[in-house]
Amino acid sequence: MDEVTQRDHVTCDVVIVGAGPAGLAAAIRLKQRAADISVIVVEKGAEPGAHSLSGMVMDPSALDTLVPDWRSDPDRPLTIEVTQDHFAFLTSGRAIPLPEKLFPPLMSNKGCFIGSLGTVVTYLAKKAEDLGVDIYPAIAATELLFDAAGRVTGIVTGDMGVNKDGTHSKNYTPGMELRARHTLLAEGARGSLSKIAIAHFGLDAQSGFQKFGTGLKEVWELPPGRVVPGRIAHTLGWPLDRKTGGGSFVYHGQGNLLTVGFVVHLDYQNPTLSPFDEFQRFKTHPSMRALLDGGRRIAYGARALTEGGWQAVPRLTFPGGALIGCAAGFMNVPRIKGSHNAIASGMQVADAIVADPDAVELTAWRDGWQDSPIGRDLFAVRNVKPLWSRHGLPTGVALGAADMWCHTLFGKSPFGTLRHDKPDWASLRPLAEVTPITYPKPDHVLTFDRLSSVFLSGTTHAENQPCHLKLADPAVPLARNLPLYGEPARLYCPAGVYEIAKLPDGTDSFVINAQNCVHCKTCDIKDPDQNITWTPPEGGGGPIYAGM
Amino acid sequence: MKKILVPIKMVLDANMRPRVKADGTGIDLSGMKLSINPFCEIAVEEAVRLKEKGLAEQVVAISIGPAKAQDSLRQALAMGADSARLIETDGPIEPLAVAKLIRMVVDEEKPELVILGKQAVDDDCNQTGQMLAALLDWPQATFASALRVEGTVVHVTREVDGGHQTLSLPLPAVVTTDLRLNEPRHCSLPNIMKARKKALDVTPVAACGVDTVPRLKVLGVKPPEPRKAGRRVADVSELVGDLRAAGAI
Repeated sequence: MDEVTQRDHVTCDVVIVGAGPAGLAAAIRLKQRAADISVIVVEKGAEPGAHSLSGMVMDPSALDTLVPDWRSDPDRPLTIEVTQDHFAFLTSGRAIPLPEKLFPPLMSNKGCFIGSLGTVVTYLAKKAEDLGVDIYPAIAATELLFDAAGRVTGIVTGDMGVNKDGTHSKNYTPGMELRARHTLLAEGARGSLSKIAIAHFGLDAQSGFQKFGTGLKEVWELPPGRVVPGRIAHTLGWPLDRKTGGGSFVYHGQGNLLTVGFVVHLDYQNPTLSPFDEFQRFKTHPSMRALLDGGRRIAYGARALTEGGWQAVPRLTFPGGALIGCAAGFMNVPRIKGSHNAIASGMQVADAIVADPDAVELTAWRDGWQDSPIGRDLFAVRNVKPLWSRHGLPTGVALGAADMWCHTLFGKSPFGTLRHDKPDWASLRPLAEVTPITYPKPDHVLTFDRLSSVFLSGTTHAENQPCHLKLADPAVPLARNLPLYGEPARLYCPAGVYEIAKLPDGTDSFVINAQNCVHCKTCDIKDPDQNITWTPPEGGGGPIYAGM
Repeated sequence: MKKILVPIKMVLDANMRPRVKADGTGIDLSGMKLSINPFCEIAVEEAVRLKEKGLAEQVVAISIGPAKAQDSLRQALAMGADSARLIETDGPIEPLAVAKLIRMVVDEEKPELVILGKQAVDDDCNQTGQMLAALLDWPQATFASALRVEGTVVHVTREVDGGHQTLSLPLPAVVTTDLRLNEPRHCSLPNIMKARKKALDVTPVAACGVDTVPRLKVLGVKPPEPRKAGRRVADVSELVGDLRAAGAI
């Protein structure tokens, strides 16, 4: 737009982008340690937790440090401790249990809790507000502010009431500058500002690219008596082929509620693969069909997660700010857990700020994470993901397990530290080189289509706003991705945002149904030409997850 | 006029899919997003516009509900209301009790105009405004799609079958809003920030001395039966035959 918008601004000590476990832990720790520090948290979701999605089995260690008395709190967000931990390899007809004794201790879920990340986030948001943190939900951070010296000095919040064509509606409301000495990016996996900061400051110059997966989740209400609170189960194998990483999770909660979910690693090679449909197909396994029979699906969501681990963590700081949580990439792949590290990272960065409030760059955080519990958690399992990606199932997974055993028994790995081979967007093979996958049609009882699923996510976006999914070159989907790969966006998107539609004259058209977007970021990660950029839509848009 | 009172209700967000509790006693709100009722939001917007036009000096928002309803009141403040009051109650509360509590507030605040949503999208009662007008013995205009204040008269246009009806009411009066009255504004971040500093008074319902005991008993709540899948018929005679077989004609 040509016109210059006069924006309001406010100044605070620390501005945090994202009210998730990392951002809220940072906010809470800052106020615990320095009550007079001013902290503003902005969250694009309609309320804290609305965009939080995790399995989830949570390691409570970091929460124990942040909120020492949470276990005795009547409003505690985690109540169900893991009591039974099952692991199985699936073939199309059978589930072959793997004995617990073979599990590397690094994968143990002892002392962990089954719960919902959204509930934890709601709890932390209340704690933060009680301490005087200002949390502003439904506000998207769309730009970084820089000073003349190139230091980040805050963020700009998104304009509201902009029409599809960029003109201003009657209800146009310009964004605001939030200026701060420290800007913490806590946006989760593939955050839009984090991506800009990483590129601008070359934060991944040493670490190289990040690796990702897409996680899909449903909550089911089952007939009484079938859910065993405290039971968790994971599977590898079917329906994925041996070259494709991923697996399922099934967690038994309270009130006859069962969480069932599936993760597909985004370095899959076959462009006809659809993570959503692999998940739906997984539920048709005889063991799952029996478990879910007579139940009712009540919730759905999807979110990308980081899988690069230790070797993919970028430089964590830049002048004026830092990355925390999954914006930095602290997911532990074999444990399939990251929230504990997200909370720990928020606390560590807060400590770095309190120790040196005027620091231009928070070097204590940048240089200290490797020797912290986060570093130890990720270092021990650093080769699992690269071995899995290179050798597939079962060799890669077995080597990964052996590597974790070596680390446990001898304190070191025979592989040293393996690097990741290539970024996820570069892993697709052309259509001509693969066997196309066909998926069964949904039965709308056990398996579903994308649109009825998105409906359950409560996803909504203000109408008539500009499309928030930006194509660098609008010709790429039809000219290149369609002939070469069959346009994988229509398959990797778990929300049915991308479609190839036939026009009346018989030609193809690439359609973006941006209003369906559940903000998972998979397109930004997996597009083979890196042609799609996910930007935040108007604040308050996206899914409204309840207890996901 | 000096003051407009805007009663608002917090309801399950219109984008959330309601889920009936397993025991069939109501809708499960745990973890769900709750928002200001859309018709109430329109009422706030209309009151704030009157104030911005210089036709009213002060807008007071009031809600009757759980502590969480403060979020809806804060939104009203961010839209431009001057102050807010919450009468806090966790129990079920019916339109008659709400109307009586609002009358109590009217007696204290002495507004010349009360603007409310025509109904809440959770229970669809569409009663509170009418009951309030009766209790106060004020004139009422429901389902307003346009509103104009002229001195001590308010002209309200209502969408009725076959056209528009315009009523002129002497103030003080009660007006309930329909969907087309206005398009509520976005709350800008600076205004949200200012709203957090505005006065929000909380009174427990027990301190009001109003009988709020429910007159109705909920026997059960159940979700609608899922619609049976449709099917294509080959021709009219098959359609007629099927309808006959189903006893529909």
